[in-house]
Amino acid sequence: MRRYFGRKLLTYGLTFFLAVTIDWLIPRFMPGNPVSSMVARAQVRPEIAERLVDYYNQLYGFNESIITQYFNFWKSLFQGDLGTSIFVFGQPVTNVIMDALPYTLGLLLPAILLSWVAGNKFGAFAARSKYLDNTLLPVGYVLTATPYMWLGIILGWSLGLKFGWFPISGAYSFSLRPALSWKFITDALLHWFLPFFSLFLVMFGGWAIGMRNMIIYELEADYSHYLEALGAPRKLIRKYAFRNAVLPQLTGLALQLGVIVAGALVTEIVFGYPGLGLLVLNSIQNQDYFLLQGIFLFIIAGVLIANFLIDVAYVLVDPRTRIGMTGGTA
Amino acid sequence: MSRSKTSREPISDAALPVGIADAERGAAEAAILVKPTVGKKKSEILYFALHNPKLLVGGSVVLLFLILTFVGPLLTHYGPFEYGAGPTNGPPSARNWFGTTTFGQDVFAQFVGGLGSTFAVAIVGGGLATLIGMIVGFTAGYRGGLVDEILNMLTNIVLVIPTLAVLLIIAAYLEVRGILWEALFIGFTSWPWAARAIRAQTFSLRNRDFVDLARLSGVRSHKIIFTEIAPNMSSYLFMTFILMFGGAILIAATLDFIGLGPTNTASLGLMMNTAVLWSAMHLGYWWWFVPPGAAITLIVGGLYIMNVGLDEVFNPKLREF
Repeated sequence: MRRYFGRKLLTYGLTFFLAVTIDWLIPRFMPGNPVSSMVARAQVRPEIAERLVDYYNQLYGFNESIITQYFNFWKSLFQGDLGTSIFVFGQPVTNVIMDALPYTLGLLLPAILLSWVAGNKFGAFAARSKYLDNTLLPVGYVLTATPYMWLGIILGWSLGLKFGWFPISGAYSFSLRPALSWKFITDALLHWFLPFFSLFLVMFGGWAIGMRNMIIYELEADYSHYLEALGAPRKLIRKYAFRNAVLPQLTGLALQLGVIVAGALVTEIVFGYPGLGLLVLNSIQNQDYFLLQGIFLFIIAGVLIANFLIDVAYVLVDPRTRIGMTGGTA
Repeated sequence: MSRSKTSREPISDAALPVGIADAERGAAEAAILVKPTVGKKKSEILYFALHNPKLLVGGSVVLLFLILTFVGPLLTHYGPFEYGAGPTNGPPSARNWFGTTTFGQDVFAQFVGGLGSTFAVAIVGGGLATLIGMIVGFTAGYRGGLVDEILNMLTNIVLVIPTLAVLLIIAAYLEVRGILWEALFIGFTSWPWAARAIRAQTFSLRNRDFVDLARLSGVRSHKIIFTEIAPNMSSYLFMTFILMFGGAILIAATLDFIGLGPTNTASLGLMMNTAVLWSAMHLGYWWWFVPPGAAITLIVGGLYIMNVGLDEVFNPKLREF
């Protein structure tokens, strides 16, 4: 087990190091001087602009050598200092991101967990049942083939605009302020539902199909046939097949995380939901590279933490990893 | 012909019966035994292919869009970004089959142009991803040991790194970006999945008797990979390519949607991008955003369903009677 985690941690360490380095490169390797172009966009008087350039150069340490800059970046990273945003004027990047993060997590976590559990259950249920296999599984394939933002647009247009059941922009009504009142909570939930549901549906299709295919392989495995020959009840064989099939699904979750996060980002853009995705779009449009840099650091950290949690779950589910055999391909 | 191992990858164990490929490549010892049945096996696979509804339905949907890509441009008089192709925000009409955008551009022209770039990105990007995945997967799976460890770590790193960050740097350098660079980018970042799948499959093949035999007779490693291992998982490789092809379409749509796609051509993702930016969803201009996403869904869904069909054709265990 120590070997398993040791190797995992080494991979994560290397990944984090590489990702942070790439992230550090973003503003530095932009064509032209990012600071002066940012200041130019702020449209202030020349003498103030000059001082701003000086200020920012000092702030980001652009007048030092590249190596020192790189080490300083790591140093301030560990102090939780990600610089100052341009788009949200004068705010520290960390604050801007912290404001948006709850919305993204509030969408992603329920969507991932619920779709994974529901998709696996449904896929296992549909496998080898001729009727479901031929009617509902094509639906699953179409769902998993749907681009996240398109399903969002379609749901927003149909359920939001045509039927008027759900609001389709923002996280809560403009007339309300965040508070712990019933009115605000129901309003926020209504705004939350469509982005959540479109993420949920796309992922659900993928998990259901993955599980269905896996169960079919497991039911054809020797141990299933053996149990069958012994006269074990169908339900028991299915239970064993399900347990074995869950392992690759767990690996699949780890593999899919990047795609899922990208899906959440574009879904937020569709619904104007004020999470990290909308922030990414805004910082691209406003060329706010420091904010962008900060967002990606959060995404990297989030994906790595999620990967680690999945590894822990794998150890809990798969006894082989516990006694030192490297089980599965996680 | 029967296989004892059950692999855990989604589309696995679907290899051709061991022997067909050997016979074709002229590996003497297998050839004598298997040759008489080669013709029969081929036609058997063709028989199941033509009688598999999943393969036929999925394949025809993809084919239909492929035809539309080539025929479509002949059916429209407008360029994808040409202004004044019709009224602004016009619903579908005889003049503009799919209606017009807020700028009076013809949606059908954009749609057909977008289909073209979609297939181009998918072929190049998906092909490149499969190729890199094959190189890494074969090497890691066949060599094992330290090489495997290193390649595995590389695969996992590329898998986790947020590729958007890399893309932003490239996007900032290139003022005008074409389809090719997007395809290359997708190819160089989406191979890890293919590499893992191929590695696992190679792993299960590398200790088979026929591979041992080749190794004993002094055949070089790369030759063993390409004449003994690869042919025995050719169906698996083909299905991996189809999955990479579909995946490239979805990634390209996401990139185009956040404005990091090609700047000089129409694309389906870009159509959805402009539709959302100009509030087509809030104003109910459905003809603007329904076609691009529907096309992506149908093409990728068709590819996936086709893949299930192929899996059933190649793997007798999965066939339903």
